[in-house]
Amino acid sequence: MIWTAALSTIAVMILILFQILREGLPVLHLSFFLESPKSMGREGGIFSTIIGTIALTGVAILFGAPLGVGTAVFLREYTRESKISRIIRFGTDCLAGVPSIIFGLFGFVFFVIKLNMGWSILSGGLTLTAMILPTVISTTEESIRGISPSYREVSYSLGATKWQTITRVVLPSALPGILTGILLSVGRSIGETAAVILTAGSSLVMPTSLFSPIRTMAVHFYILAREGISMEMAYGTGATLILLVLMINVIAQWLINRYIRRRA
Amino acid sequence: MPLETKISIKDFNFYYDSSQALRNINLDIRPKEIFTVFGPARSGKTTLLKSLNRLTDLIFGANHTGSIFLDGMDIFDSNVDLIKLRRRIGMVFDLPTPLPMSIFDNVAYGPKLSGKTKKCLNEIVEKSLKSAVLWEEVKDRLHTSALRLSGGQQQRLCIARVLALEPEVLLLDEPCSGLDPISTASIEETLVQLKKDYTIVLVPHNIQQASRVADRAGFFLNGDLIEEGPVYQIFTKPREKRTENYVTGRFG
Amino acid sequence: MEVKEKIIEKIFLLIALSSVTILALITFFIFEEGLPLILKIGPKAFLLGEKWIPSKGSFGIFPMIVSSFWVTLGALLIGIPLGLACTIFLSELIPPSIGILLRPAIQLLAAIPSVIYGFWGLIVLVPLIQNYLGGPGLSILAGSLVLGFMILPTIITISEDSLKALPPSYKAGALALGATHWQAIWRVLIPAAKSGIVASVILGMGRAIGETMAMIMILGNAVKLPSSFLDSARTLTTNIGIEMGYASGDHRQALFATGIVLFFIIMSLNTLAIFLSRRRTR
Repeated sequence: MIWTAALSTIAVMILILFQILREGLPVLHLSFFLESPKSMGREGGIFSTIIGTIALTGVAILFGAPLGVGTAVFLREYTRESKISRIIRFGTDCLAGVPSIIFGLFGFVFFVIKLNMGWSILSGGLTLTAMILPTVISTTEESIRGISPSYREVSYSLGATKWQTITRVVLPSALPGILTGILLSVGRSIGETAAVILTAGSSLVMPTSLFSPIRTMAVHFYILAREGISMEMAYGTGATLILLVLMINVIAQWLINRYIRRRA
Repeated sequence: MPLETKISIKDFNFYYDSSQALRNINLDIRPKEIFTVFGPARSGKTTLLKSLNRLTDLIFGANHTGSIFLDGMDIFDSNVDLIKLRRRIGMVFDLPTPLPMSIFDNVAYGPKLSGKTKKCLNEIVEKSLKSAVLWEEVKDRLHTSALRLSGGQQQRLCIARVLALEPEVLLLDEPCSGLDPISTASIEETLVQLKKDYTIVLVPHNIQQASRVADRAGFFLNGDLIEEGPVYQIFTKPREKRTENYVTGRFG
Repeated sequence: MEVKEKIIEKIFLLIALSSVTILALITFFIFEEGLPLILKIGPKAFLLGEKWIPSKGSFGIFPMIVSSFWVTLGALLIGIPLGLACTIFLSELIPPSIGILLRPAIQLLAAIPSVIYGFWGLIVLVPLIQNYLGGPGLSILAGSLVLGFMILPTIITISEDSLKALPPSYKAGALALGATHWQAIWRVLIPAAKSGIVASVILGMGRAIGETMAMIMILGNAVKLPSSFLDSARTLTTNIGIEMGYASGDHRQALFATGIVLFFIIMSLNTLAIFLSRRRTR
C-alpha cells in the first residue's frame, strides 16, 4: 500500500511538469525570447519580462550575497555560541519562515512608500534580498563549517591576521558552498511572485533604470493564466520557468555532490 | 640572563579553563641547538610549543601565569606585534597540513602576507624548498595542487613553508608521525642541517628519534618538567627515577 | 593593525545583525500599518466579523480564517499520509542507489514555483471537480489537493532526516527481537522519530497557511463562510493578494491587519517547530 501511495505521488508530480512542458515547449521559438509582449501579452514574446527577471535577481544577489556571507563569516569566525549568535540564528530561522505575501506587504510599505522608491526593480530586488538572506546564510555557514580547522591554525602560525586568514583561506575554500547558496537563491527569486507583484509592479514596458517598474516572468505567467489572456503564451512562459528552475537546481545539486565528495 | 639563551621560560603555568596543563615550567633553550621536549601523551608538550608562538591565544579559555622571553623580550607583553612574533617562531604540526593551494602558493603564503614582490617570491620559494630538501622533486610542478604530494613530501612542504618566513626558531610537533621510515630519515637529516641556522624545539615521535637528532632534552610528565640536560646524559644516566622509568620503557 | 582588525570585526557584527534587523522592520511596519485598524473597529469585530465589504467599511475576516483552516486541514489530510508513505518508501523500502536519484528529484520539486502548481490546478483539477463533483470547481477541495502536494517535499525531507538520525541499533534491536520489517518501521522507528515528524508537519502547515499565488488561482474569490469542500473561498493570504493592488485608506490598512493575523499564526507555528527540532537534537 505504501508502494502505491509513494509511486502515485511521484507519478502525479511528473504529470504536472509533463503537462506544462508538453504544451509549452512548442511555443519556445527564438522569437518568443527575443520579442517583448504585445497587446497585453497576447502576442509577441517575453523579452521584457526576461530582462525584468534578470534585473530583479541581480539586485537581490548583489545585496544578498555580501550580507549573507558576512553573517555566516561572523557566526563562524568571530563568535562562539553566545547570546549574540543565538539571537542572530533565531532571527534568521524566523525570517526563513515568513510567507512571501508578508514580504510583499513589508516591501510595499517600506521600499515603495516610505523610502519613496515606487514600484521598481530596486524595491523588488531589495525585498527579494530579505527573502534569500536565510538561504545564503545557512549554505555559507555549512560550507565554512566543513573547512578543516587546521587550515586556520596553519594560517595564523604563519603570521596571518584574522582578516587575511578569512580572505585567503576560509572564503576560497568555502566558495563552492557559497555559489550553491547563491544559485538556490537565484532559483527562488525567479519563481517568486507574491512579493514581486506588490513591490516591482507589473509593467510590460522595458525598464530604463533601477527605478523603473518591471514585470518578471513569474508575474507574467500568473497574470496570463489568471486573466485568461493567452493559454499559449502562458504555457510557453510556464515551460520556460520550469526549465530555468530545473536547470539551476540541477547545477546546484551537482555542485553540492562535487564538493561534498571532495570533503569526504 | 646569560647570552647563550634564545628562549627563556620562567615559572610558566598554563590552564585550559580551570584544568592545568603546565606546572611551574622553568627552562632555557640555547640558540642554534635542537632541544627535544619528550614524554608520554598528555604531558603538555604540544601546549608548551603552542605557547611559544602564542598559538594558544586562539583557544578560548586558555590562560597562563609566568613569562616566556625571546631574546630577552617578554612575548606576552601587550606591545608585542603578534604577527612578527609568529614569523620569528615558525611551527610545523604533527599532521602534514598543506593549504588547499598549489605548492608555490603554500610556500609563498607567509612572505606574500608581508607584501613581497613577485620576483622576490620566486627566489624565496626556491630557497626554502631547497632547504627543506624538496626542490628537486617538485621544481617542475610548482603550480600543481599541494594536496597531491605524498605524506613525506607534504611535511617537507610544511617545513619549507615555515622556512620561507626566515624565522629564528622552529617548533616541530611530532613532524614525522604518520610518515614511513624513509621520509622520516630524510626529515631527520634535514633537521640536522637546519640546526646550523635555526634554534629548534622538537617533540619527537619516540625516544629513539630524540636521541638521534637532539642536543639537549627535557622530560615532561603530566605537565611538570621532571628534568632536562644533554641528550646523552638524560637517556643513559638520568638523575630522576621517573625519567629512568620512562626512558627504559617501564611505562609510556 | 589591531585597530584595523577590531574595525573589521565590528563591520561583520553589523552585517550579521541584518537578518534580525529586517525581521524587526517587517514586524514593526506590518503592525504600524495594520494595528490602527484593528483598534479602530475592535479585535472582536475584526476577527469574528463575518462580513468583508470594504466599500461599506466592514472588515470581518472570520470567513478567511475559517477557509484558511479548512484548506490547510485538507492539505494536511493529503500531505501527511502521502508524505509519510514517501518517507518510509525512501528510507526503508528502496535500495540506496535509487534513493540517490529520488532525493534530489524531491528537492527539484520543492523548487518549482507555486504559480506553476496553481496553473496546473486551474487547468486540470478545477474542471475535473466541476464536472464530476459539481460546484464552480474553484474550490477548497482543489486548493487542498494542490497544497497537499506542495508541502510534500517539506514533510518528506525533514521526516527522512529524523528517521536517518535514529541510531541503527533501534532497527537492529527490533529485528533481532523477531519483528518483521513492517513492525519495526511502525512500532519502533516512526514513534522514535516522532518529534521530528511532527516538526515537519508543523513546518508544512506553516507553508500551507502562507501559500498565496496558487490559492488565488484555484480557490475562487468568494468572501463568505464556506459550507462545503466544493465552495469557493478566500484565505487570509488570498484576501491580501487579491485586493492589495487596488486598496487604499482603511481598506489597505485592513489588509495589513490581515497580515498581522497571518504573521502571528505562522510565527507561532514556526517557533513551535524550531523548538521541537532543537529539543530533538538535544
